[in-house]
Amino acid sequence: MSLELFLLLATALFCIGLFGALTQQSIVMLMMGIELMLGGVILAAAAAWHYIAPATADGQVLIVVAVTAMALEMAIGFAVVTALFRSREIDLTDMAAELKE
Amino acid sequence: MGVTVFWALAIPAVVSGTMVFRFDSMARATFSLLTSLLCVGGLVVLLGLDYLGIVIVLMMTIEMAIMAVFMVMYMMNPAGLMPMTMIHNKKGAAVLCGLVFALLAGGILFAPWPARKGRAPADPTMDLGMSLMGPQMLTMMTLGMALFATIVATVVLATRRGRYDRLGDDLRARHADDPVRGGVGR
Repeated sequence: MSLELFLLLATALFCIGLFGALTQQSIVMLMMGIELMLGGVILAAAAAWHYIAPATADGQVLIVVAVTAMALEMAIGFAVVTALFRSREIDLTDMAAELKE
Repeated sequence: MGVTVFWALAIPAVVSGTMVFRFDSMARATFSLLTSLLCVGGLVVLLGLDYLGIVIVLMMTIEMAIMAVFMVMYMMNPAGLMPMTMIHNKKGAAVLCGLVFALLAGGILFAPWPARKGRAPADPTMDLGMSLMGPQMLTMMTLGMALFATIVATVVLATRRGRYDRLGDDLRARHADDPVRGGVGR
């Protein structure tokens, strides 16, 4: 095990999540992609804490920030889906394109 | 031992992360994402951050359970009985993700990473708590404000009819304008 191995794994998770966030049309699936990207960020922060600077708590604080970002993203995402579904009965990103026209 | 655990968690993390976007069933996709994030939690524990790893495991379990409920509520194909794909711009996204991975992997492999400095404290959780309540207090307060703003924003977005719909813009209507009469005293 080494820092590089953990970071490569984190990058793989981040890129899979990015692919999902870019391709998925369903808003909830898009949010799952973002969750996966943040999972990669958490893993990279943990690896950086363990392998570079274990004496300070900065890496741990970064994980706390990423976990909070995950929770906020989920909450706001579901609220937006609820609001969109209530007003337009849609659940796909391509249907919510009023601002485009 | 550590290496075995690493690979036992790393491979399922990537495989189930990929399967999230390949399953037809939304419910299966949710639990596949849960598997992937549980593996991330396990790896965080493996790196010596017991408390944060367990927090991630617990939080993701609850979060994915909630997500599964929303999936069944809003998705047309929760059980995956019909094969279907709901994706756009697959090729462009694949190229972009490949480029991002190549760029990041190049950086990871060729960057001169600094050597490990210092030793982990005996109790990293205590260290984190003292840090959040001390030098990182600003971070903690920002997170607190962001969480509070999220509570307000989610309630505003998710309510169908707020008090301004019921009682007018100045909240001075004598009778609430409700679609169905009833309730206490009405």
